[in-house]
Amino acid sequence: MIPAGFEYHRPADVASALAILTTHGDEARVIAGGHSLIPMMKLRMAEMGHLVDLQDITELKGISVDGDTITIGAMTTQHELITSDALAEAAPIIREAALVIADPQVRYMGTIGGNVANGDPGNDMPGLMQCLDATYILVGPDGMRPVAAREFYEAAYFTAREDEEILTQISIPRPAPGTGYAYEKQKRKIGDYATAASGVMLTVAGGTCTSASIAMTNLADTPIWAEAAGAALVGSDLGEDAITAAIAAAKDAIDPVADNRGPVEFKMHVAGVILRRAIDRAIARAG
Amino acid sequence: MAKQHVKMTVNGKEVEALADPRTLLIHFLREDLKITGPHIGCETSHCGACTVDIDGKSVKSCTMFVGQAHGADITTVEGLVNADGSLGVIQEMFREHHGLQCGYCTPGMITRAHRLLQENPTPTEEDIRFGMAGNLCRCTGYQNIVKAVAHAADALNAQKEAAE
Ligand SMILES: Cc1cc2nc3c(=O)[nH]c(=O)nc-3n(C[C@H](O)[C@H](O)[C@H](O)COP(=O)(O)OP(=O)(O)OC[C@H]3O[C@@H](n4cnc5c(N)ncnc54)[C@H](O)[C@@H]3O)c2cc1C
Ligand code: FES
Ligand code: FES
Repeated sequence: MIPAGFEYHRPADVASALAILTTHGDEARVIAGGHSLIPMMKLRMAEMGHLVDLQDITELKGISVDGDTITIGAMTTQHELITSDALAEAAPIIREAALVIADPQVRYMGTIGGNVANGDPGNDMPGLMQCLDATYILVGPDGMRPVAAREFYEAAYFTAREDEEILTQISIPRPAPGTGYAYEKQKRKIGDYATAASGVMLTVAGGTCTSASIAMTNLADTPIWAEAAGAALVGSDLGEDAITAAIAAAKDAIDPVADNRGPVEFKMHVAGVILRRAIDRAIARAG
Repeated sequence: MAKQHVKMTVNGKEVEALADPRTLLIHFLREDLKITGPHIGCETSHCGACTVDIDGKSVKSCTMFVGQAHGADITTVEGLVNADGSLGVIQEMFREHHGLQCGYCTPGMITRAHRLLQENPTPTEEDIRFGMAGNLCRCTGYQNIVKAVAHAADALNAQKEAAE
């Protein structure tokens, strides 16, 4: 379990980090909390000549809630997401999701930026960010560009981020007051990735669903924002027919593969159960 | 690869060394510093036997490169003893309540419990089970570990009260 050798860098600001990435091209890689990258390096599934540690870059840290926008620095840890009262007030679904990621030790180190940039379909934050319609801010040698979370994921470990770009921030529209929410995850044990997980946000006015967003985790080679599933709820009374239609639409959108978490039929079944629970809980919380 | 200069505080003492950048912190602690409290149970970030306290966080030291810990303040199970070298409160409670059998997971358990009780001095049983979920034990069935942590919380609170 000894990774291949590399040179270690610890730049103090984004500009210096970008300079190292630009000099070494795909020989260089950033490390945030290291809790996805180091396991891959130990398995020699990731090797690089230069490792660029982002821990000293203060501009990548912190959570701010400013009017209608929540901004989270890429280096904010899952532990910090959980313990932020401002965030729990503005978007409680983030705490709910962060609490079902990994275990306490991993959450002290793992960052939101690393979790969403990683591109592992097992990660929970990407689906959550799609559910919340978040935007990722990428900074590269040619400047800054925003990419919607819903457009970021191309295939397992392939994203819209270029090698020499750093994800600096995540910007999330603050959910309207009274938004019902739930992040529901089925896992074999604490510390396991999802067999199936689902994020749901919805609003209700006068008994009618006025908006809904549904995302599914670890049920395809990317997170899936199930647009049609949300649409099946909007305009409905959120009764059994609408929920059944939403689950059918979500199942249409996913494409799980058999692995040690179970065969495809089982995952399809669990996906439906998890989504139903998430919708039920979101409805109960909508005000 | 060129060696890297690293400097950190471990159990209150400053240490300085040259290390290969790919050295994992657990190997640096055990092999270079001969601090063998933190154990290697899995080396795959799952078991928590290698847990140490770094700048107020419980960290699996098998999942950190030594350079990431440059400048950090680290406490291992060895650093949790009393000033006179006797067992610290959490260690004593693990002993008293049989919170260990083979003892392999214990340094990680105790170091993790230390941070958990700093953050939440009055945990419920559920808080303890959730807060200790990153530490696996193959012997005890956890019951006595949870008991030991609960008694450690009480003992630490009584100690604090007495001091006030
Ligand atoms: C035992 C265990 C269980 C886990 N369980 C779960 C789980 O249930 N759910 C879950 O979601 N995750 C889980 N994880 C993964 C964990 O949440 C990781 O911490 C997270 O996926 C990656 O965050 P990181 O900060 O550690 O990133 P790193 O490991 O440091 O980086 C991951 C990747 O992202 C890139 N990267 C990181 N930051 C940036 C940035 N700012 N800009 C550009 N690229 C960047 C890196 O180059 C690397 O390729 C688990 C990990 C372990 C060890
Ligand atoms: S040895 Fe580090 S988690 Fe098991
Ligand atoms: S006491 Fe043996 S592993 Fe926990």
